Amino acid sequence: MNWISDVVRPKIKTLFKREVPENLWIKCPDTGQMVFHKEVEANQFVIPGSDFHLRMSATARLKAMFDQETWEEITFPEVPLDPLKFRDEKKYVDRLRDAKAKTGAVDAVRVGAGAVEGAQMVVAVQDFDFMGGSLGMAAGEAVIAALETAVARHTPCVLFAASGGARMQEGMFSLMQMPRTTVAVRHMREAGLPYIVVLTNPTTGGVTASYAMLGDVHIAEPGALIGFAGPRVIEQTIREKLPPGFQRAEYLKDHGMVDMVVHRHELKATIARLCRLLMKQPARDDGDAIARADAPAEAVAG
Amino acid sequence: MDAAVSTMRSYLDFEKPVAEIEAKIDELRVVADGDVNVALDEEISRLQARASKTLSDLYAALTPWQKTMVARHPNRPHFRDYCDALITDMTPLAGDRAFGEDEAIITGFGRFRGEPVCILGQEKGWNTETRLRHNFGMARPEGYRKAVRLMEMADRFGLPVISFVDTAGAYPGIGAEERGQAEAIARSTEEALGLGVANVALVVGEGGSGGAVAIAAANRVLMMEHAIYTVASPEASASILWRNAARAQDAATNMKITAQDLLKFGIIDGIVPEPTGGAHRDPAAAIRSAGAAVAAALQEFAGMTPQAIRKAREDKFLAIGRK
Repeated sequence: MNWISDVVRPKIKTLFKREVPENLWIKCPDTGQMVFHKEVEANQFVIPGSDFHLRMSATARLKAMFDQETWEEITFPEVPLDPLKFRDEKKYVDRLRDAKAKTGAVDAVRVGAGAVEGAQMVVAVQDFDFMGGSLGMAAGEAVIAALETAVARHTPCVLFAASGGARMQEGMFSLMQMPRTTVAVRHMREAGLPYIVVLTNPTTGGVTASYAMLGDVHIAEPGALIGFAGPRVIEQTIREKLPPGFQRAEYLKDHGMVDMVVHRHELKATIARLCRLLMKQPARDDGDAIARADAPAEAVAG
Repeated sequence: MDAAVSTMRSYLDFEKPVAEIEAKIDELRVVADGDVNVALDEEISRLQARASKTLSDLYAALTPWQKTMVARHPNRPHFRDYCDALITDMTPLAGDRAFGEDEAIITGFGRFRGEPVCILGQEKGWNTETRLRHNFGMARPEGYRKAVRLMEMADRFGLPVISFVDTAGAYPGIGAEERGQAEAIARSTEEALGLGVANVALVVGEGGSGGAVAIAAANRVLMMEHAIYTVASPEASASILWRNAARAQDAATNMKITAQDLLKFGIIDGIVPEPTGGAHRDPAAAIRSAGAAVAAALQEFAGMTPQAIRKAREDKFLAIGRK
């Protein structure tokens, strides 16, 4: 500390403080372009121009999926709080409380049921803002509740994954969510219902190594980081630079791990169409579509 | 185990008190040099008693970090030792029929107490050459896909599956990621959960993360007394939680990774007792008690229908953590 820091720093701080809470402008992580936040929000958190897909909150995601932005919130069983009485630099209970306050959610996964282009569906969304979307007991119960609700109501289930992996603070209880959620995925398969996973930025660790890689269809958002081990761990292990685009959505498609990379604006329509196909439901604009599909056949028959 | 390795005594840091006593015994033996010396013999047997008392006291109160050291002890029996002693007619089968053969997981069919079974075992290797060959027990997607192939066969032929778990985790590498490490693990877990035959998993050393779960989603999950089972290795946990891998001891302590804690939590189903001073001091005894525990676990499911076996397994996992 000297006289410069005493005199100058406080001024700089107030300057920053004025700007940050209002959060009016968002910088594109890709191009550095500054965009007005309302514009980004109206564009489903995709930067207009660069098409960079920003992270989306669970609420925004559910709003974007369901017709008229309305859905029934699916609840899940309460779980024991802090089973390990864990603390690292901070107590786990404090971290949880902060995350709940920040997101207004119970835990990292929210589940809704409602209509998507008129068809009933269960949608589970993992919120990266809640402790990195980490998979703990509560998130595990939410995923299980989503899949079991879909089985009970005989509807498809769509899961938006976003996670750094296991909730370390819950130790082995967290790891056990891998087999537990997989049991629910199996029930979905036995019921013959579509389970669609949308991999968003980022999805790694135990989440990818369980329910997020067991979908009937895997859709990835452009540019999303998807993998088992994080890039930092791999670099440390092999002591080599990673190839460009490694573990990105497009790279995964090239390697056969996802079915398609879909722009966020096209997600709802793509998912709804897939579900109609797999559920043997009529096409959306049925009249026109059937007429068009039938036309050449009639010509041949004639 | 190589003769050179098994006769060479190696001590872990916390075993220093035992090392000192045993060094003294060795000294006295040199002094005695085969002569009959009653006083010396008495002293030696007194020291031996003290050494074994010290050892059993130490091992009765191992800290989680000490258990981590024991679980990774170079002389600790590995999959290979368990397989040699417990399985007859072992016939390893190789390859995932898609990409390659991964010796981090050895799979095959053999006989356990006379009955045909499917064997899945993670092998870390026991010297430089074999450690490289088995990739230190860190499997790639091929290993898990091979396990899926074998489990499918076991299910079709109605043979129980015994898994020996010993891995720091699945291998984090470029090729492994390219070929879908996450998907391979997920499919293996799914296959294990869907088996209509009983499966038993025994964590013999280190049960590391998803790479272990993939073959440990079993009707009965057992752990050797001093084995550990973790969501991520203590080193990895420390680097995630404290951004400092050197805090591995803290991670091991806080994360409840011992067989005793996990049995209390209802995450595992049983503990296999190890001889005094750990499995590496008497591998044959450790393997014998493991064999008895696995046999008892399999016996619980004898005569059950595939549906009942599957349902019991699913219910067991769903109940974990629920009040």
